[in-house]
Amino acid sequence: MFGKLSLSAIPFHEPIIMGTLLMVCLGGAALLGWLTYQRKWGYLWTEWFTTVDHKRIGIMYVILALVMLLRGFADAIMMRAQQAVAASDAAGYLPPHHYDQIFTAHGVIMIFFVAMPFVVGLMNLVVPLQIGARDVAYPFLNSLSYWLTASGVVLVMMSMFVGDFAATGWLAYPPLSELKFSPTVGVDYYIWALQLSGLGTTLSGINFIVTILRMRTPGMKLMQMPVFTWTALVTNILIVAAFPILTVALALLAADRYLDMHFFTNELGGNAMLYINLIWIWGHPEVYILILPCFGVFSEVVATFSGKPLFGYKSMVYATAGIGVASFIVWLHHFFTMGSGADVNAFFGISTMIISIPTGVKLFNWLFTMYRGRIRFNLPMLWTVAFMVTFTIGGMTGVLLAVPGADFVLHNSLFLIAHFHNVIIGGVVFGVFAAINYWFPKAFGFKLEERWGKASFWCWVVGFYLAFMPLYVLGLMGMTRRMNHYANPAWQPYLIVAAVGAVFIALGIGFMLLQFVVSIRNRAANPDLTGDPWGGRTLEWATSSPAPFYNFAVLPKVEELDQFWADKEHKRAYPQYAHYDDIHMPRNTGAGLIMAAFGTVFGFAMVWHIWWLAIGGLLCMIGSFLVRAFDTDVDYYVPGAEVEKIERTRLVPLHKLIENVGPASAGEKVA
Amino acid sequence: MSSQHGHSDAHQHNAHGSLKSYTVGFALSLILTLLSFGCVMSGAVPQHLVVPGIVVFCIAQLLVQLAFFLHMSAAPGQRDNLSIGVFTLLIIAIVVVGSLWVMHNMNMYMMHPMMQSTSSSIG
Repeated sequence: MFGKLSLSAIPFHEPIIMGTLLMVCLGGAALLGWLTYQRKWGYLWTEWFTTVDHKRIGIMYVILALVMLLRGFADAIMMRAQQAVAASDAAGYLPPHHYDQIFTAHGVIMIFFVAMPFVVGLMNLVVPLQIGARDVAYPFLNSLSYWLTASGVVLVMMSMFVGDFAATGWLAYPPLSELKFSPTVGVDYYIWALQLSGLGTTLSGINFIVTILRMRTPGMKLMQMPVFTWTALVTNILIVAAFPILTVALALLAADRYLDMHFFTNELGGNAMLYINLIWIWGHPEVYILILPCFGVFSEVVATFSGKPLFGYKSMVYATAGIGVASFIVWLHHFFTMGSGADVNAFFGISTMIISIPTGVKLFNWLFTMYRGRIRFNLPMLWTVAFMVTFTIGGMTGVLLAVPGADFVLHNSLFLIAHFHNVIIGGVVFGVFAAINYWFPKAFGFKLEERWGKASFWCWVVGFYLAFMPLYVLGLMGMTRRMNHYANPAWQPYLIVAAVGAVFIALGIGFMLLQFVVSIRNRAANPDLTGDPWGGRTLEWATSSPAPFYNFAVLPKVEELDQFWADKEHKRAYPQYAHYDDIHMPRNTGAGLIMAAFGTVFGFAMVWHIWWLAIGGLLCMIGSFLVRAFDTDVDYYVPGAEVEKIERTRLVPLHKLIENVGPASAGEKVA
Repeated sequence: MSSQHGHSDAHQHNAHGSLKSYTVGFALSLILTLLSFGCVMSGAVPQHLVVPGIVVFCIAQLLVQLAFFLHMSAAPGQRDNLSIGVFTLLIIAIVVVGSLWVMHNMNMYMMHPMMQSTSSSIG
């Protein structure tokens, strides 16, 4: 009846897990109770859970990522604490099997459920606004993508309390991830969580390619798109090209585990190396899927806060596209040591080094943009400067690792761990934080305050260097990754420093949450009345903050790059019209949420071999899609009169404000 | 659908084929399929050319279907589709050829000596 599921699946004997479960239950109950007491359920359902508005979906992605950042960081600081104490005779406080699950969950969560939702959320929030569109091409699909990602999150979180999670490392290499060596449900949780959220990501990719290619505002040519939109386009092409490979690799692994096949086993002609080959053909483009949109963020931030057009726009676009293609021919550098010959290793080593050239082009472009600019050191700019320094170090250690000979020494050592945290934290995380500070006013209508933001910034930067520079040294001293315990006492001081660094990062996260709370409480002190708080250049700043649900009352005409900046210079920004057309908008729908909920049921049932429930979940998922597909009431028109009213409330005081303060870059001076 | 929402623009670009082009495409597909079967079943083709033969017919049929059924062409309205198609081919080529190269190379360096040592220890 319940497959492999029984009460013994709940790890009652693990005090750490049970304590966490208790906290989660209490916290969850408190949250649900508060929502019920405040009668917020109806509001949440109609305004957020069923929304197809790309801005709200984007905000939900970012909130999801922030919540999962807490979970992923909890894993990280547990590992740092374990390694700080578990030298020589001390065993530490985490048993090996639990420790293995923690480092696996940390990697999976940070990449799939923190970095990806952050990046996809930012693209959701910003891309349609930057190209002057009213929504994405397929609004319902967008909602479905979000909820599928959320159902992956649900499965991963559930694995902590019901059963266990994979103890294989974040890419679940076979033969360790095969049934023979991982007989529990951990790897199955991994497979189905990633299949569900991966489906969502692929659908997002299709959605955004169509949106960017087909829904740009009249007149906007490809070479007039903001750089962030360009990086989003390349990223989504990479998503559509790369994610099916992950889906196939995981499906083959699932076939091994469920159908007794032998694609990656040691017996009967299977070859585990093929899995490693396939997973990295996806895996390497994946890291560029994460970093490219962040490069886009930095490009926007640097141009805005230097008060100059971006240096070398075209070279930026070509560098982005070049990185996109080149990211597909470097995957073998993740397994130089697996035994390829010199010619193969040399090819992939050289192609890896070549990728640093377009990346270098980008860095110089940002530097030249700053050169002789009037730089304002607001938070987005601070994160950008920290990125440029940190990422350069990470890039250089990456080029070092690209030398196959050096990689034979450093492979799977802490040097590697230091390198990829250096580029992912220094690149993706810093980029996302720059973006959150930069676009927050556009999403909510007020700016984030800077005092706690700066405290968070310094804790993060100092914490990062304390936590990861010792790991470079440890790597050179020969310490390998994923160690639950080590015998060499010489390593311990470095690991203690790294643990202190993790505490600093914890403070950074805490101050960031405080920054949100304080900003929301004092939102009246930091309002963004103009919609253009930073003196921006691109179209998203032309509309109000927060942007109205239809984004633009009249689609802006674009004739050049940085159209909005030119409009402000020529005093024709914020046009007022005598007449507004009706606006065609998509209607909210709960279908995405319902389909993803059945998807979660399906995934859970597959994990525990509850076949009737799996079939039921899948059929209900398809059924709810059919119901949605035959629904003809999916759109409506906003009457022009209503649009006019909304626009008047914004524009009349705005024009007065501009008259009083001065026109050119009103936003900068007013806000 | 209003033009503001952008959907109608997309439709105008997609020139749909005529009855003639669909018939030609169908006929070509049939002929290429029959040729593949003939290649294997007639016995007229030398053994070592059978596999290359069906691969060639297969790719030819793929191109026919892309051109006649999915309307991929060099026409201005189809340029986006064409470039995406070419990019897809590039990625597939990289993945397939690259994997074959990597796995073959690894097989050559990793499996060969082991096979020999196991067979020699048994023998």
